[in-house]
Amino acid sequence: MTKIAKQNSFRNGPDERGHFGIFGGRFVAETLMPLVLSLEEAYETAKADPAYQAELDHFLKHYAGRPSPLYFAERLTERLGGAKIYFKREELNHTGSHKINNVMGQILLARRMGKKRIIAETGAGQHGVATATACARFGLECIVYMGAVDVERQKPNVFRMKMLGAEVRPVQSGARTLKDAMNEALRDWVTNVADTFYCIGTAAGPHPYPAMVRDFQSVIGNETREQMMAAEGRLPDSLIACIGGGSNAIGLFHPFLDDPSVEIYGVEAAGHGLDVPDGHAASLSGGRPGVLHGNRTYLLMNDDGQINEGHSISAGLDYPGIGPEHSWLKETGRATYISATDKEALAAFQLCSQLEGIIPALEPAHAIAGAMRLAPEKSSDHLMVLNLSGRGDKDIFTVAEYLGGM
Amino acid sequence: MTTRIDTRFAALRQEGRAALVTFVTAGDPDLATSLDILKALPAAGADVIEIGMPFTDPMADGPAIQASGLRALKGGQTMRRTLGLVADFRKGDSTTPLILMGYYNPIYIYGVDAFLRDAKAAGVDGLIVVDLPPEEDGELCLPALKAGLNFIRLATPTTDDKRLPAVLANTSGFVYYVSITGITGAATPDSGRVGAAVARIKAHTHLPVAVGFGVRDAASAAAIAAIADGVVVGSAIVEAVRGSLVEGEASAKTIPAVTNMVADLARGVRGAAHALAT
Repeated sequence: MTKIAKQNSFRNGPDERGHFGIFGGRFVAETLMPLVLSLEEAYETAKADPAYQAELDHFLKHYAGRPSPLYFAERLTERLGGAKIYFKREELNHTGSHKINNVMGQILLARRMGKKRIIAETGAGQHGVATATACARFGLECIVYMGAVDVERQKPNVFRMKMLGAEVRPVQSGARTLKDAMNEALRDWVTNVADTFYCIGTAAGPHPYPAMVRDFQSVIGNETREQMMAAEGRLPDSLIACIGGGSNAIGLFHPFLDDPSVEIYGVEAAGHGLDVPDGHAASLSGGRPGVLHGNRTYLLMNDDGQINEGHSISAGLDYPGIGPEHSWLKETGRATYISATDKEALAAFQLCSQLEGIIPALEPAHAIAGAMRLAPEKSSDHLMVLNLSGRGDKDIFTVAEYLGGM
Repeated sequence: MTTRIDTRFAALRQEGRAALVTFVTAGDPDLATSLDILKALPAAGADVIEIGMPFTDPMADGPAIQASGLRALKGGQTMRRTLGLVADFRKGDSTTPLILMGYYNPIYIYGVDAFLRDAKAAGVDGLIVVDLPPEEDGELCLPALKAGLNFIRLATPTTDDKRLPAVLANTSGFVYYVSITGITGAATPDSGRVGAAVARIKAHTHLPVAVGFGVRDAASAAAIAAIADGVVVGSAIVEAVRGSLVEGEASAKTIPAVTNMVADLARGVRGAAHALAT
């Protein structure tokens, strides 16, 4: 009797120590270690509790507005002349992006844990707004760390957070962008261990965050699966999403990882170009494995292990790292990672606005740019799902500036 | 194995006083001045020296040590230069224990085996790596012990009795008790609480216990020295460096600023020990 080959699965990670292959882990100061362990325990308990899941489902439906539609982007499809492109309309969620999916899960968990003070980091401000929103809804104190440079370039979101009752703390250390905001949030957590819950905005950080955030975002892929079955009677042929930390992407990808017929594409921010030193934020294409912010993952750094600043026109993508599961999916070859420059994202931003009447955020504009390259190579019966992870209202001034005025 | 750290703590125990453990950042404000600072520390009263390996993202450090690391990086400090600095110091001092302190990524990128080999050869005695908890011991802690270096672990107010044995398991040299929940250079610790915590740790280990975070002058050093085997001071010393700079550069005041500060701290530590012994 031959041994039955064990079914390989890409969906079993991480292991109990939080590793996806060599990536992930728990690289945090001792002060935080007991907090990380207790979070893991609380999350595992909550995950197994139908009451928690029911509460989360309730708020996702009635508060966040889920499910988000799967929409056939007919005119974009016609223009590109290849794959049939569907948009997963995450920009229609309350607060305008996929961020609310994760925030709702974490804030309900924080409530179960009896935490009254919520801290978060934010880049473009989408995660900060989502966190401020949920904190307002549940009457929790909310402090958002945001790089001083980002505070300047994402003013509308800063105002939204303040309107929602959050305190926005501009971070002046380092390069004053997202990575420094995360450093400062970790410093806050290390100081306020008893009452504070750190609501991380992407599928990165120490275990259990990458797995937990992925689980909360997997609602995107799970809905897509059902909606595509209803619309076309079969699974999609490819998925495409932008990658900063990678939470919208992993949320779309994860439910399809074990469907080998489904091609998976992540689009990183190539900024001024991958060949421009310090000119991009493509950790997978232009970085190498290292350890930062609690996990081992691909990072942008110099030869001495000092972290470089990412650059992207999109404040939500210019992070020098990436969620560890993406690093693992790259190394295993299950997902393909490409990149789009600032210019390509701007062109995609305009094309989508003009053809579909949907102003995308600059982050998913990178995914659209990727689709503009990939879709024409596919046949007309190829079904492609693009995660339209956020709306672009916050970006219109940035875009206007690049395009030389309205 | 016995390292310079073990020898020094044993000798001070004989003397009946606590150790003064001083932290400075390698390459702050520049490489040459940083070597001069190191050379001046033992005579000023430092018993053990921690040398910070600068990192762009020091997540457990407050503004003073962040700024110190950035000064060093701006001046071109690299891991290779830091190890060279240790080797240069060792040419003139074969007894003062030296500990490299920092974050894992620069070590990981240098290569763990190469780092341990070069650190040992340069004359390093121990390592403190903030973002490597016992859960990640396979990364560096176990290889370091094998290479004959102490791996000094941080214990904190959140390290409860259940967790303490895991934290102490592969710790050697001494235990570094972080007296507050917070970043370096923050609030001054409550000495009553610290005393209880030191006693709690000592119930689990025979290693010396040094206490740091928030010690900034002779008085606070004395208070800690009365209840612990060592007093760690970092932010106050790198602030003294910063305060001595003229237009961002080292000045004639830089070395005295550091040695005066360290001498003052040493008086506090030694005075307290006397009070404890009598």
